[in-house]
Amino acid sequence: MRTLFTLLGRELKSYFYSPIAYVVMFFFLIATGFNFYSGVMFLNRSEAEVTVVEASFNTVLFWFPFILIFSLITMRAYADEFRMGTFEMVTTAPVQDWQVVAAKFLGAFLFYSLLWVPSFGYFVAFQFITGKQAAMAAGAYGGTYLLLALVGMLYCSIGCLASALTKEQINAAVMTFVAVFGAFLGGLITFIFNVTNPVLRDLISYVSAIEHMADFSRGMIDSRPIVWYVSMTALVLFINLQVFQYRKWKA
Amino acid sequence: MIKVQNLTKRYAGFTAINNLNFEVERGEIVGFLGPNGAGKSTTMKILTGYLPATSGTAKIAGFDVFEQSLQARQHIGYLPENTPLYQDMRIGEYLRYRAQLKGVAGGKIKERVGDVLEMCDLSNVERKLIGSLSKGYRQRVGLADALVSDPDLLILDEPTIGLDPNQIRQVRELVKNLANKRTVLISTHILPEVEIMCSRVIVIHKGKIRASDTAENLLRAHRVAGALKIEANVHGDDARLRLSQVTGVKDVTEEADGDYTTFQLKLEANAEPSDEVLRLASERRWSVRELVRRRATLEDVFVELTHADS
Repeated sequence: MRTLFTLLGRELKSYFYSPIAYVVMFFFLIATGFNFYSGVMFLNRSEAEVTVVEASFNTVLFWFPFILIFSLITMRAYADEFRMGTFEMVTTAPVQDWQVVAAKFLGAFLFYSLLWVPSFGYFVAFQFITGKQAAMAAGAYGGTYLLLALVGMLYCSIGCLASALTKEQINAAVMTFVAVFGAFLGGLITFIFNVTNPVLRDLISYVSAIEHMADFSRGMIDSRPIVWYVSMTALVLFINLQVFQYRKWKA
Repeated sequence: MIKVQNLTKRYAGFTAINNLNFEVERGEIVGFLGPNGAGKSTTMKILTGYLPATSGTAKIAGFDVFEQSLQARQHIGYLPENTPLYQDMRIGEYLRYRAQLKGVAGGKIKERVGDVLEMCDLSNVERKLIGSLSKGYRQRVGLADALVSDPDLLILDEPTIGLDPNQIRQVRELVKNLANKRTVLISTHILPEVEIMCSRVIVIHKGKIRASDTAENLLRAHRVAGALKIEANVHGDDARLRLSQVTGVKDVTEEADGDYTTFQLKLEANAEPSDEVLRLASERRWSVRELVRRRATLEDVFVELTHADS
């Protein structure tokens, strides 16, 4: 356990050694801030029956920057260490492979979680200034942030896997973007095409992040997406471990 | 401490090491020699659990490096070739991280890191970023890393590369001081170093062990011939021909330097022709300025062992 925490500590610190952490945080703060602002503006203009939380997390303005950040967060994870040769130092220390994989993933996920901390401030400020509720109930906050955590978990694991496949950060970033964007687009099919097959419809909505968000941001916490994200993350991390061992021993 | 049996590593279409067998006892300092590409680094990488062997076994302190990799690695301090380090960390911070990773007890980390900083002469640069260090400093950080957990076994892949002569001497002293308590396997190209430091030498060439013995025994066993250098004013005598007729002389080369001429005599194994050469010189009335007998060195052994069929 101590080994895992040592590795994780180094992972988290390494984000802040490089300027990329600050660039990502800056970019993300602007994007979410603007997203919140436009959510409030949208409600000012219309009589729509949604809350600020719903209006902020169910728009293209939210999803577009959201999909982009995973490439930036995870691209360095393995690629940089393969390129610099530092894995030779890591893997010849008394460290188990799963600990390396877990530390890389948790590091990315915790950094991702950190990005969301300032967003609490938006809703607190909204309630403070307007005296109105930003969400329907506490459950809606909980649901929204739970889903952000679940989706983030899966997309971070995909990013880590992509990074473990290459020595070049840029390749990792592109692979992650394609995979995450593809996963997201998959859930959009029912919005774009008229899918009549009921089985296919159910399947698509089962994996659709955008539909999950619509539910969770209203406080409707469904166990099926939780199972989906947790099990998929576990699967991707398992593949990640196999890839890592393969690459380590092929070297 | 190390026990290697029938160890083989094949890459696609290329055998890096072939059926290697050797043992290293606790407390030995073993020099691992061989030309570039001989398989030294590959062997070290297998011993440290970084690469799997194609076949054969290797044990560290009784633990199989593949089956019980974690326990085996706990005994090792390893300095890889090229010393890969995190560029973005500071020296002290990196060593504390490594100490923690290698399981040094929390209360002991500060003390251990202080010790290795001292040992590797890094105390005054503790706050420097690793990315900004010169090769010599990076090498010493790698060495400090290998030492930080106070391991039983040190595996050092070319630890003196990139160091200046003073630092090389420091490393030599450091390694010598580690002896008795710890076992050291060290690969290097600096052969005089090996003669001074190591209690035993393993010469590896083309993935096979060519010799494994003390430096002295190697010199004796391989009867590598020494050489004799004589610098004299021969007053126009046909000295070269006469010298080449002395018993035990294989070959003579000459090089004029003003009135004096330098003759290099290559000798047959175990020949001692100094007396005869001196007698010849006085008979022929040469004015001898210098006569030097050069003993065979490990370098000669190395060349003979590894040059023959390369």
